[in-house]
Amino acid sequence: MSSIVEIQQLRKTFGSIVAVDQVTFTVGQGEVLGFLGPNGAGKSTTMKMITGFLTPTSGTVKVNGFDIQSQPLDAKRCIGYLPEGAPAYSDMTPWTFLLFMGEMRGFRGQDLKRRVSETVQKVNLEGVIDQSIETLSKGFKRRVGLAQAILHDPSVLILDEPTDGLDPNQKHEVRALIKEMAREKAIILSTHILEEVQAVCTRAMIIAKGKVITDGTPAELEAKSRYHNAVVLRFRGPLPEGVPDILHNVSGVKAIEELLDGEAVNGYCVVSEGGQSILSEISECAKNQHWDVAEVSVDRGQLDDVFRSLTMPAQSLT
Amino acid sequence: MGRIGVIFKRELTGYFATPIAAVFIVIFLMLAGTFTFYLGNFFTRGQADLLPFFNFHPWLYLVLIPALAMRLWAEERRGGTIELLFTLPVTLWEAVVGKFLAAWCFTGIALALTFPMWVTVNLLGEPDNGVILAGYIGSFIMAGGFMAIGSCVSAITKNQVIAFVISVVVGLGFVLSGFPMVLEFFSGWTPQFFLELISSFSFLTHFNDISRGVIDFRDIVYFLSLIGFWLFATALILEWKKAE
Ligand SMILES: Nc1ncnc2c1ncn2[C@@H]1O[C@H](COP(=O)(O)OP(=O)(O)OP(=O)(O)O)[C@@H](O)[C@H]1O
Ligand SMILES: [Mg+2]
Repeated sequence: MSSIVEIQQLRKTFGSIVAVDQVTFTVGQGEVLGFLGPNGAGKSTTMKMITGFLTPTSGTVKVNGFDIQSQPLDAKRCIGYLPEGAPAYSDMTPWTFLLFMGEMRGFRGQDLKRRVSETVQKVNLEGVIDQSIETLSKGFKRRVGLAQAILHDPSVLILDEPTDGLDPNQKHEVRALIKEMAREKAIILSTHILEEVQAVCTRAMIIAKGKVITDGTPAELEAKSRYHNAVVLRFRGPLPEGVPDILHNVSGVKAIEELLDGEAVNGYCVVSEGGQSILSEISECAKNQHWDVAEVSVDRGQLDDVFRSLTMPAQSLT
Repeated sequence: MGRIGVIFKRELTGYFATPIAAVFIVIFLMLAGTFTFYLGNFFTRGQADLLPFFNFHPWLYLVLIPALAMRLWAEERRGGTIELLFTLPVTLWEAVVGKFLAAWCFTGIALALTFPMWVTVNLLGEPDNGVILAGYIGSFIMAGGFMAIGSCVSAITKNQVIAFVISVVVGLGFVLSGFPMVLEFFSGWTPQFFLELISSFSFLTHFNDISRGVIDFRDIVYFLSLIGFWLFATALILEWKKAE
């Protein structure tokens, strides 16, 4: 896999604030890289440097081999960018705005019109195509922003919170669109929605305080979770006596957490030591004890748990 | 059509898509008429020329052009579209020039709409139309000077009110430096060359020559290099603080 976006030692400071600190990574064709991180982590700032809007304090960005600083026009031609908040000229309509963006990208005449109409269909803008952008709802504005980003079929897509403000149906469609485009592009997106990472990203990067904390597939991230390979046990009918004590004695068990059904406890989550597989041990134990088990399942791990434990200072962890 | 042209077209249609165009043109025409007929004694002078009309242009532009220019870059900043613009394959210079030309051209349209004034003098007498043409050219090119100043100031701040006030003050400096009152203040105790330097920077000095029908190459060069200078400054400022 050849890398399309190459980022080396990227750093950006605003006065005394270090917004992005020595970030290095590459993204290849077919990859969808998700930026995760708390507010102010430096996700948008990194994207602004990749797209050539901000000049890095130090470090380099290469897109398709073009350096964004020394060959900005060549690099920018390959990039489609949805900035945070999806800005657009509010006095225009989606139609005139997209025509303008297309013209700026060098398209003219029939080719331009065809491209714009196709893109409008892709992001479902037909209904508001002649309405002034100023009066569009947040979700439609976001779709206009998305449309201009993919208009020229760029090999690199940088999307800053692409599904923010979209309704569930639209979220689903935009994710499907991203997945569909992913094959021939390199895509970087930022999001606060963890399920989105699982749904569309082939790779996820958690950034906090300007630094990359982890970088891996969503599955690898889940494996870092305390709940990775934890076993969930739910009981039918009344809870047998002394279950936690018995489970504690099973090898590989680290902790037992109660699962609530409303007020009452109806099961336990058995956390495994170091993420090892303990399913067979637990089911063995349940059989020996003749427990009336309704459900036994294995947790893959929860991203939000990983996110919290990696981005929050240790003392505030419960 | 190059990228400058694409930006130019978008900006110019932008003026007409909002009430800005109508408001600006109506006020420009009203003020131009009022000044000329009431303050300029257009009729009682008994002369068939447009001198009283052109004489007021520096003052009109001083207030009206900053009102137009203040949104040039401030608006891009406020709406975040500056981020779109500068992540497109376009150079800073193309964007600065495209936006400036559109704004300048728009003032040109407002100016052209004062043609009834020209018709009137031609009905009333036999003016020297060459002088009038020179007046129009001079006025237009001076408007470019004011606009370039406004463009630069608007690049500095996101706040349009501040942009307006600063542009008026800077513009006033360029107008007043040729004003007899100001020159008298300096004369006598400053060296002659300093006096000439101040007045050579004045819009009035250069514009007065042109509006009397004397199109001096140097006056044109003065305005054009002034425009070039302020646009260059605009680009520098944008490069320096476009993200703020
Ligand atoms: N123009 C600027 N001037 C000063 N500081 C800035 C500027 N832009 C960003 N910052 C700072 O840089 C840091 C990173 O901001 P950034 O917008 O990249 O965060 P983010 O990860 O995108 O956050 P969010 O999830 O809220 O969008 C923040 O501390 C922010 O205050
Ligand atoms: Mg952000």
